[in-house]
Order: sequence, then C-alpha cells, then structure tokens
Amino acid sequence: MEQTKYLVVGSSHAALEAVTAIRMHDAEGSLTLVTRDTLLPYSPTVLPYVVSGRSAPGDVFLRDEQFFAANRVDYRRGAALEALHTGRNAAELADGSEIIYEKVLLATGAAPAIPPIPGLDQVKYHVLRTLDDATRLHAAISQSKHAVVLGAGLVGMHAAENLVKAGASVTIVEMAKQLTDGYFDPTAAQMIEKAFVDNGATILTGSRVVKLAPSAVGATLTLENGKTLEADLLLVATGVKPNMDFLGDSGVAHDRGILVGDSMQTSVANVWAAGDCAQAKSFFSDDKVMNSILPDATEQGRIAGMAMAGDPGLKHYPGGVPLNTYHFFGRHAISVGSSRLTEGAEVVTRFDEASGRYLKAIFKDDRLLGIYGVNEFFDGGVMCQLILRRVDLSAVKQRFLANPLAVGRELMSKLWR
Amino acid sequence: MGRGYNTIAFDAARCDGCGDCMTACAGAKTGTQDKTRSRIQIVGDASGGFELALCRQCGDPKCVTVCPAGALTKDGASGVIDWNAAKCVDCLLCTVGCAYAGIALDAGSGHVAKCDMCYESPAGSPACVPACPHGALTYITTSRIYNEVGDWEDLFAPGLAGCQGCNTELLMRHTLRRVGPDTVLATPPGCVPGMGSVGFNGTTGTKIPVFHPLLTNTAAMLAGIKRQYKRVGREVLALAIAGDGGASDVGFQSLSGAAERNEQILFMVVDNEGYMNTGMQRSSCTPYGAWTSTTPVGKGSGGMPSQGKTQDAKNLPLIMVNHRCEYVATASTAYMEDLYDKLDKAIEASKRGFAYLHVYSPCTTGWRFPTDQNMEVARKAVETNFVMLWDYTPGAGLRFTRPVDQPLPVTEYLKAMGRFRHLSPDQISHIQAKVVENLAFVKQMVHRASAPGGET
Ligand SMILES: Cc1cc2nc3c(=O)[nH]c(=O)nc-3n(C[C@H](O)[C@H](O)[C@H](O)COP(=O)(O)OP(=O)(O)OC[C@H]3O[C@@H](n4cnc5c(N)ncnc54)[C@H](O)[C@@H]3O)c2cc1C
Ligand code: SF4
Repeated sequence: MEQTKYLVVGSSHAALEAVTAIRMHDAEGSLTLVTRDTLLPYSPTVLPYVVSGRSAPGDVFLRDEQFFAANRVDYRRGAALEALHTGRNAAELADGSEIIYEKVLLATGAAPAIPPIPGLDQVKYHVLRTLDDATRLHAAISQSKHAVVLGAGLVGMHAAENLVKAGASVTIVEMAKQLTDGYFDPTAAQMIEKAFVDNGATILTGSRVVKLAPSAVGATLTLENGKTLEADLLLVATGVKPNMDFLGDSGVAHDRGILVGDSMQTSVANVWAAGDCAQAKSFFSDDKVMNSILPDATEQGRIAGMAMAGDPGLKHYPGGVPLNTYHFFGRHAISVGSSRLTEGAEVVTRFDEASGRYLKAIFKDDRLLGIYGVNEFFDGGVMCQLILRRVDLSAVKQRFLANPLAVGRELMSKLWR
Repeated sequence: MGRGYNTIAFDAARCDGCGDCMTACAGAKTGTQDKTRSRIQIVGDASGGFELALCRQCGDPKCVTVCPAGALTKDGASGVIDWNAAKCVDCLLCTVGCAYAGIALDAGSGHVAKCDMCYESPAGSPACVPACPHGALTYITTSRIYNEVGDWEDLFAPGLAGCQGCNTELLMRHTLRRVGPDTVLATPPGCVPGMGSVGFNGTTGTKIPVFHPLLTNTAAMLAGIKRQYKRVGREVLALAIAGDGGASDVGFQSLSGAAERNEQILFMVVDNEGYMNTGMQRSSCTPYGAWTSTTPVGKGSGGMPSQGKTQDAKNLPLIMVNHRCEYVATASTAYMEDLYDKLDKAIEASKRGFAYLHVYSPCTTGWRFPTDQNMEVARKAVETNFVMLWDYTPGAGLRFTRPVDQPLPVTEYLKAMGRFRHLSPDQISHIQAKVVENLAFVKQMVHRASAPGGET
C-alpha cells in the first residue's frame, strides 16, 4: 500500500500555498499531490481573460513540473479523490487505488452550482470554472448573436462584458435586486449597470428563469413574468458549490462547505481543508462563511500547510475579510471588508458625478470595517490591514476620507512598514 | 543556502519631502515628470514628517501568491519581484494582496506598477537614490558580503571557547575568510588565542599557520617572519589580530617600531576596551567612567567613592595616523560593508608597508549587555559618535567613511550596557563633552587633509 506523510488534494491556489508552507518547514517529509486537473496548475480567476482572448490558454500556468520536482512533490495529474476513509487514514482515488496519509489537506475548491430550473438539463449551456470551459466559451462567443447570462456575480458580469464587446446582444438575468450583490453596494451597482446598458446590454434584475426548452437557435427561456428570451449562447453563472462529494461517511463535519477551525483543521484528526471548499470563520462575526475568493484561498492554504508541518510560526486564521477587484468597460471597482451595517456603524460616502468617482467607507468606533471605491484607487492591501489591525482612525478620519490612498500609505509606513 | 539582496533604505529624518526621488523614478520608468507615476512614493503626514511606500521585494511575497496570471515572479538572482506585462490581466488582485502599497495602479498606463530597483538599468542601481539631495535614500549593497563571503572558506575551527555572542569570533571568521589561506597569523595573549586560535591538544584552531607571541613583541616577531618569507621568495600576508591591551599598553613599543619601519604587515586591533580574557581589567583604551575589575564601583577609600575609570581612553588609531602608515582605519562590525572596504584597502596597503585596522568590538561579558545585543551596542557607539569611522592614507589624509550628522545623545549608548550603569550626571556630562571634543579634533584633521596646502 502506498504511503505518504502529507497528501494534498487539488492543485490550485490553496493547494500550492500549502505545498510551499509545508516545504518551508519540512524539507524532507514525503509529499504527494493528487489533482483532478490534467493540465498544469492554473487559476480559475484568469479564465475570463482566456475567454476574452487576452490570455493564451497555454500561457496561464502558475507552476511547471520543475517546481514539483525541485520541491520533491510526487505530483499526479488526472488523479481525482473519490472517497476519504478517515478511519484508516486512506484516500481512495478514482482509479480505485489508495494512498495512506499521515495528514491530508482537502483543497478541492468549488464547481459551478447549477440551479434546479426545469428544462436546464435539456439545453446546451456553458459554465466557467476550468480552462476547457474557458476555451469552449471563447470559441462560442464570436458566433453568438443573442446571449443570455444567468447570474450577475463577477463571473457572469465578466463574461457578459466579453460578449458585449464581441458584438452579441446580451441579456443578464439576476434574481437579486441589484447586480454584483454581495460585492458592491447599490450605488456602485448602479454605475456598473449604467455602463452595461450604455454599451447595449439588457439587465433584468429581480428576475428569475422558471423554465427552459431547446429551440432552433439554442434555448428558449421563460421568465417568472411569462416573457421569453431566445439564446444561442447560455452561460450559467449563478454561484458555486464546494467539491466535497468524496466526504461520504468520513465523518468530516460539513455544512455549506467543509467546516474548519482556526488552523484549518476539520472535525476529524489528520484532515485539514482550505480554500473554496472550506467554510471558515469570518473576521466580522463568529459565523462560519464561504469566502470563496482567491486571496483567502492562499491564506488558508498557507495556514493549513504550516499547521500540518507543525511550523511553530503558525498564527491563527484571523477570519475572512472580503476583498474584490473588478474591471468593467475601462473602469475599476475595489471592495475591501464588510458591507454589513452592524449596530452603531457609521457610513460615509462621497460621489463625484462628473468624474464618476465613488467612495464609501464604513466605520465602527472609528475603526474601519469596509471601504469601496469605483474609479477611486486606494491600496486594498493597506485597507485590509487597517481593518485586521483594528487601527483607531479617530485622529485622521477626515484626511483619510479625503485621500485614502495617501493617508493609508502614511499609516502603513508609520504602523507596520 | 539562501541569498542576500540589495535594498533601498529610507531615513525619514533626512527627508524634506522635495520629491526629487519621485521625479527621477517617473522619468526613468515612464519618461514623464509625473510624480504620481513614481514607484517610490513619499507621503507627508500631518505633523510635517514624511513616510514611504515602496515595494520591499519580500522574500515571501503576497502579490506573487495572489496573482492569478503568473505575471509576478521573484527573481532568485536579483531578489527583485518582476512584473510581466504580457501576462498581466490588470485584475488588481496584487494590490489587495500587498500590505505595503508596494504595487499599485499606475493610472497613466492603466496597469499596475512596482519598483524593480532599476536592476536592468545600465547603472544597475536605482534612479531614485542618487536623485535625493539630502541623503535620505541609500542603496544598501551589504548583501554582497553575505553572498560572496558565504562561499569563501571559513579558516577558523568550527568550535571555539569564546563567550556566547562574542563579537571577536565574528571578526576573526570574517577576517580570515577575507585574507585567505596564504596568511601567517600572530595572536598575542588575549581573547583571540583564549578562545582557541592557537588550538588545543596539539592542533591549531585556525586552518592557517598561527603563532602566539608575547604581549610585548607581536609586531616585532611578525615583522621578522614576514621578512623571512620575503627572503625565501614567498608571498604571504602577515596578519596580527591583537587586543587593545596588547597593542596600546605593553605591546605599543614594538607596534610603534614596526609602523615606523613601515614593515609590510597588517595589524588588526580588536578593541574591546580592556583585558577581558583575564578577568576584565582596565586598559589604556578603557573609556572614562567604565567599570572594570580594576576600576571598581563602590565605597572607595578615604571618603572618595570609586566610580569606575577616572582617566579618558587613549586614542590609539590617531596615534597610528601620526606614524604616517600606509593605511590606518577604524571600523565596526555593525557596518560590515565599511569594514570589508577597509579590509580590502588594508590588505593592499600591507603589500607596500604598514597597515593598521582598529575595530571597535563590544564585549558582552565585560561590558555587561545581553548576548544578543552585540550589533545594537556596536551601532549605538557609532550613532552617538562615541567612536568614529574613518580612514587615512598619506595621500588622501583622513576622511570620515560613515559621518553621523545628527548624533544621538551619548546616553543612548551608555544605557545599552551595565558597565556605565553607576554614572553620575557629572560623569555623563564629562563623557558627552569628550565626544564633542574628539569629534572636533578628528574634524580638524579631516579639514587639514582637504585644505589647500594640506597633505594631498
Ligand atoms: C471565472 C472566475 C473568476 C474569478 N474571479 C475572481 C476574482 O476576481 N477575485 C477573486 O478573489 N476570486 C475570483 N475567483 C475565485 C477564485 O478563483 C477562487 O477563490 C480560487 O481559485 C480558490 O482556490 P482553491 O485552491 O480553493 O480552489 P480551486 O481554484 O477551485 O481549485 C480546486 C482544485 O482542486 C482540484 N479538485 C477538485 N476536486 C477534486 C477531487 N475530487 N480530487 C482531486 N482534485 C480535485 C481541481 O482540479 C483544482 O485543482 C474567480 C473564480 C472564477 C471561476
Ligand atoms: S494586476 Fe497583473 S500582476 Fe497584479 S495580480 Fe492581476 S494579473 Fe497579477
């Protein structure tokens, strides 16, 4: 029976960071990485740019074979985890083979969540999570005249912009009352919506598809209000669900994702989880949340790797802080931190219609909770530290709001540079 | 083994916010004068001070780990984090990953931009540093020492009997690495043989020939050995590593004689300001007020309390300048680049005549400071002007190599160790006045060297 000290499942951000963290502390211990991917590691986040044609699919890889060889990692592509038998520390792969591990990290990420709409399984549709998905969608975009995007999260919006630019008439259907719900506030969402509408897209927020059926061009979608849409290209981007089918009767506690503690350990000994498949605490409350963003996947991966290797430098996970950046039609939006208005929170906004610059900051007890900008650049990483360190801003608040870029840098230089 | 890298250091106290560094950077990187496009950003604070935002070229860079496009990489040779325009997709994730505002959106280009230390420029050094008119930016290249020296052979035995945290060990290992195997070493009684240079049980502690002269005749014996090697036609470096006692007290006569005859030797003094090896007795290099076992602190006698040494230290390196040696310099292990520079010059000078290197060397045991504070104490000595780093050649005269424009009060140095703990305010004033006087004295010599009609 094959044995390994460390088994890492997955080959994306969380997994790669864990490998680096393990090797930082334990240069020798046997390390095996199994991944469902047959390609070298790449980021799902780069896929919109593969769709647009900006990035060549062969030029997006984050590591090469040499990296794994140099780090003495037994790297196995096309090797999916099928079941985890925690009772005997065994990982069963899709081909039926088993690996006995001392410690295992589940960094299996997420897959598109397909909504249970009647008829969806009868029609052809696209999703976007893998490089294959992206090359398929890239090829389809140039052929499309009438495209429909289900879901106005960042994945859907990115793809919609690509479709608009390729010349298709595009309709975005979103259940929530606004676009980019959960990422940006209504004012920013309005600005995003206006940019899309100005460029010819149709936006149907507060709207839901109740039925789909195959049609001559592709699919006919029926909306709640009875209206129908024809689509020669349909993209389903209604959210993600973690890859955790392999848990079976492993006893590893899970809710919306795999539940993890402060060092990414699961409820079962020798099993850790990190990244999009994990449900970890939020920085802003004790709730365990699905953060599902890239920076968090790397952070969690690193913590899990350090914990597995027994690195004494390990610091506990402070909790997830949402961080999002988004480009649309030549403008950029950044959001850092919580948008939830807890009791006693103070909200300050500034909007300059002429330049399209928008800034919103949320404070509590003169400490920053969240900050959002459209066309207003500030250093997101510095803002995140101000939040994590709960820096008292009472003395500088007015200056900070007037120029978060410069005052953020000043505070950074004083406090932690 | 890891590598050390060059860095850009910022001294906020010298910055007046003129922004010349930003103009230089914008010019070099964007061909504009637009300071907002500079990769080094100086920001003013509310109280008139200035702060810095600049990529730190982290060893464990967050920007690299969060980049989804593989557009950022840490270059193992230069240490620079490189941005690849062809791969970047302008997602800005790196700007939320970096906690130091080291990579930011350059509105002028629409892409992110970061400092790359101008490592590909013909000069190979950053454009901002020479542009600063106030010396607030320095390009620190000390890493060269770590990278190069690490590859040289350590000519001292791995184990030795020094005190934990001993500065002399550091100095010996560096010095022997630099001088290399074609060296004959003299180590008169003191800490250097005490910790094992002359060896135990019939083997030497060094991997080069070493001998143990008397305190009184080190320079004379070494000069003779050098002459004999010359006679038989062998090119060797004759090196002494002696303590301050052996050099400034009983050893002084032979030292002065060898310098006067311009013998071709390199004489290094490890000045730990006392006879530390034999139980911390005073030497003529022990500073005023310092506790030693022979200048104790206590009731005293005849109604006169005993408060440490009552005389000022002899300034041995200045005395050596008056021998008009080929080379004389003072150095400190807290300023390794400076020390190596001087070691290089001293080795060259010793091929022509007498070279003298005086290294100020804190002693954890005798000065009473924690074993991990060596560098801090050595640095404070320089930052307060308690000691000064300079060098001298007959041609160029005397010049400061690490001038300290705004010295810290001498108390910053004194309070770093136990041997000055008992000082009265009067004694502290005395020491501070001596610092000022010594500085003025050395400055006069610098001035003489550069004045018209002076030695040039
Ligand atoms: C189109 C798109 C755009 C995005 N844009 C952004 C953005 O702008 N900003 C942002 O912060 N985040 C963005 N994200 C989210 C970000 O990509 C994810 O948060 C991040 O990739 C999570 O990393 P991960 O390592 O946890 O999982 P993933 O990247 O999902 O990787 C999971 C890995 O596990 C492997 N795997 C899965 N199941 C198995 C199994 N059973 N056995 C073996 N291996 C398995 C997969 O092959 C893969 O290697 C975007 C995502 C998408 C899809
Ligand atoms: S902006 Fe460019 S360099 Fe920065 S994370 Fe995105 S792709 Fe990488």
